[in-house]
Amino acid sequence: MSAADRISLDLVGITKVYPSAVALNRVSLGIRGGEVVGLIGENGAGKSTLMKVLGGAIAPDEGEIVIDGRSVPHLTPAAALAHGIAFVHQELNPFANLDVAGNVLLGREIRRGPFGFIDQAEMARRVRPLLDMLGARFQPTTPASRLSLADQQLMEIAKALSTNVRLLILDEPTSSLTLSETQRLLAVVRRLRADGVAILFITHRLAEVEEVADRVVGLRDGCNAGELGKGGINRDAMVRLMIGRDVAQFYTPPETRLGEIVLRTRGLRTRANPNTAVDLEVRSGEIVGLAGLVGAGRTELARALFGIDPVHGGQVEINGQPVPSGSVPAAIAAGICLVPEDRKSEGLFLDFSLAQNVMMPSLATIATAGFVNRGAELDRAGHFRSRLAIRARQLDRPVSELSGGNQQKVVLAKWLGLNPKLIILDEPTRGIDVGAKAEVYRLMRDLAEGGAAVLMISSDMEEVIGVSTRVAVMRRGAIAGVLSRKDLTEETILRLAVG
Amino acid sequence: MHKKDIGLAVLVLAVGAIVTLVNPRFISPINLANTANLIGLFGLFSIAEAFVIVTAGIELSIGSVIALLGVIFIDLIASHGVPWPVAFAIVLTLSVVIGLLHGWLITRLQLQPFVVTLCGLLIYRGIARFYTRDGTAGFSFGTDLPMLEHLFVGRTAGVPHSVIAFAVFATLAWFLLHRTVFGRHLLAVGKNEEAARYSGIDTKRVIVTAYVLCTFLTGISAVFFAMYTKSVQPSSHGNFYELYAIAAAVLGGFSLRGGEGSIIGVVLGVVLLQVLQNLVNLLGIPSSLNFAVMGAVILVGVIADTQFHAYRQRRRQLTVRAALAETSEAPPVGL
Repeated sequence: MSAADRISLDLVGITKVYPSAVALNRVSLGIRGGEVVGLIGENGAGKSTLMKVLGGAIAPDEGEIVIDGRSVPHLTPAAALAHGIAFVHQELNPFANLDVAGNVLLGREIRRGPFGFIDQAEMARRVRPLLDMLGARFQPTTPASRLSLADQQLMEIAKALSTNVRLLILDEPTSSLTLSETQRLLAVVRRLRADGVAILFITHRLAEVEEVADRVVGLRDGCNAGELGKGGINRDAMVRLMIGRDVAQFYTPPETRLGEIVLRTRGLRTRANPNTAVDLEVRSGEIVGLAGLVGAGRTELARALFGIDPVHGGQVEINGQPVPSGSVPAAIAAGICLVPEDRKSEGLFLDFSLAQNVMMPSLATIATAGFVNRGAELDRAGHFRSRLAIRARQLDRPVSELSGGNQQKVVLAKWLGLNPKLIILDEPTRGIDVGAKAEVYRLMRDLAEGGAAVLMISSDMEEVIGVSTRVAVMRRGAIAGVLSRKDLTEETILRLAVG
Repeated sequence: MHKKDIGLAVLVLAVGAIVTLVNPRFISPINLANTANLIGLFGLFSIAEAFVIVTAGIELSIGSVIALLGVIFIDLIASHGVPWPVAFAIVLTLSVVIGLLHGWLITRLQLQPFVVTLCGLLIYRGIARFYTRDGTAGFSFGTDLPMLEHLFVGRTAGVPHSVIAFAVFATLAWFLLHRTVFGRHLLAVGKNEEAARYSGIDTKRVIVTAYVLCTFLTGISAVFFAMYTKSVQPSSHGNFYELYAIAAAVLGGFSLRGGEGSIIGVVLGVVLLQVLQNLVNLLGIPSSLNFAVMGAVILVGVIADTQFHAYRQRRRQLTVRAALAETSEAPPVGL
């Protein structure tokens, strides 16, 4: 890309107000071709809104957008695209019924002949060089339904590149990628930067920002929180930028006072991995990290333990008592609870109020003859709100208005009323901000120290090592090994995970 | 009462006032009693439908079930000499069986509610016609069942018993949906079935119960209708009633996506639909336009509701902006 083609973009004093909140308050951001800017901030800090302004999806209430020195008063999505601004969204929505080429050139299909039939061969030919450049290991003709999450991500980047991109916006691109996949993605980012593309990199994974960003812009509560230049980018500085203070004692494992064995699985085989048996014990008072690559069968194990899926064989015991398979109510009655991986579709009723969400599993405990005691409902919900420091002014407003971190705390709060014996958390801090993370860890520690057994599934190595008393590593549906605290390093975990 | 319910109540009163002004016969005791009777009759199965819609399901076989159970009820008494309480019990049992069947097909075989109940609509109508060889089922001349008559078509202090039944069931339904654990579970399953499962709710049982409640109330309604018409013509009896029910529920704020709605709303929806019918008659509008008037009013109502909602969103936004302009003279800017 020649110097003249490189983008120069400035957002000046952007303000955007929503009915319930001020999303952006006079935020400014500049970016030039050939640089990688990391955009960091807690959830609710305004990153997503700023992105939508850049993409023309929402119009700011105030402020100016200047592209290549000219003010653009009404940036529409089509205009953004014409200026070479392209997105890779955090939540990937590939069309599973199309192949890779069909997805990449969606809406810009190449036609042929008098009837305008789609020219599959020509489309594949156009897409192939993009995939080669990205080092993709799949073909233009591969059905999108067969791609892993990482490959879907690459496909989305290919789509962005196919539009002659000058500014590429990556929103949490690595949140579901493994370590090696992340490295591959960062290599692509560096290559694009060398070509003169400007890259806005939004992530919670500060290590990646440190590795790849030339400059870091922080947002806090919808305002500019400051910037860091190349020399000043380090973890502590970034955390300070995001939350405005130091996070002391971020990771602290619980005081180990090991109690009885709470969970024991005997030859447990899940439906996803019917040929491998899992034998796992979790004691009262410990946090067991469950590590492994994506697809190693960890979520499937959690679902089987919680009764979402019936087990294929073997048994689950809580305090020595067998738990009936395939029934969530039975699992809950036995003292098991699960904070699921996908909080929006599995954890929450987004249109329901905070109180209704929090009390959903334990409604029976505040009911007389089947009638809900609504005063008690608000009282209890209010109690959990303060115990978990959920930032929500009103208990009767829908949880969709809360930030991701606060929503996750609501999902956790659902179970506290039932005093669980075993609490399983599946990726409990994915996509939530540093402050909320610290509070989730604190709660896990409290639960363990209060005598619960905690099983935490996580793909975040730092987190697994930081908060677990023990780590079980899964590989292809089986427990590949268990590491005690003193043996915990990224290397020992990875060696077991990869095998 | 929700804002939506109040809006609907205002609409009902406004329509009523206009009709009264144009044709004062609207508020004559006879007309009011007749309209109330129809409201009671149509209200019972509309509440029934609401319980299914709130789970994000749909029940399309209501009209056919009313025809089939009506035919069976009359035939058992008139041709087989079955005592009416026994016939009533048989009809209610059948209605529960139909609900269980629908619920089982939907939860266990994972069929779509629309498909299951559409097939039900066709099947029950067919059986009803076959059962009477397409003839009309009616009481033979001189049949005297004073108790049955009194219970289902009689009046107490001038109030038709259908209205009393409707009021009783509406009250029970209100408590059930808005105040009990089961009601909360119904709303939860309708709003997000996955999250409901992950919250430990036995979602299949909740859904089956909703269909059983629906057909059970429809069964009661079937007997009211059979006694109201005295004879059941199985090819036309109850035709399109499921659509009245769906219309009443939608007017009452139930979303077809499930998870929301209020019983007061359905009650008002039923009232509005019957007043509109009455309006067509009293204002001398050709009765062939009946459905068109109803459809137009529902459409206008739904459009007004969404527009009003959007307007309130905008107003809240402006308030927040005004507050922001006052409080943050000098916002913190980077660096």
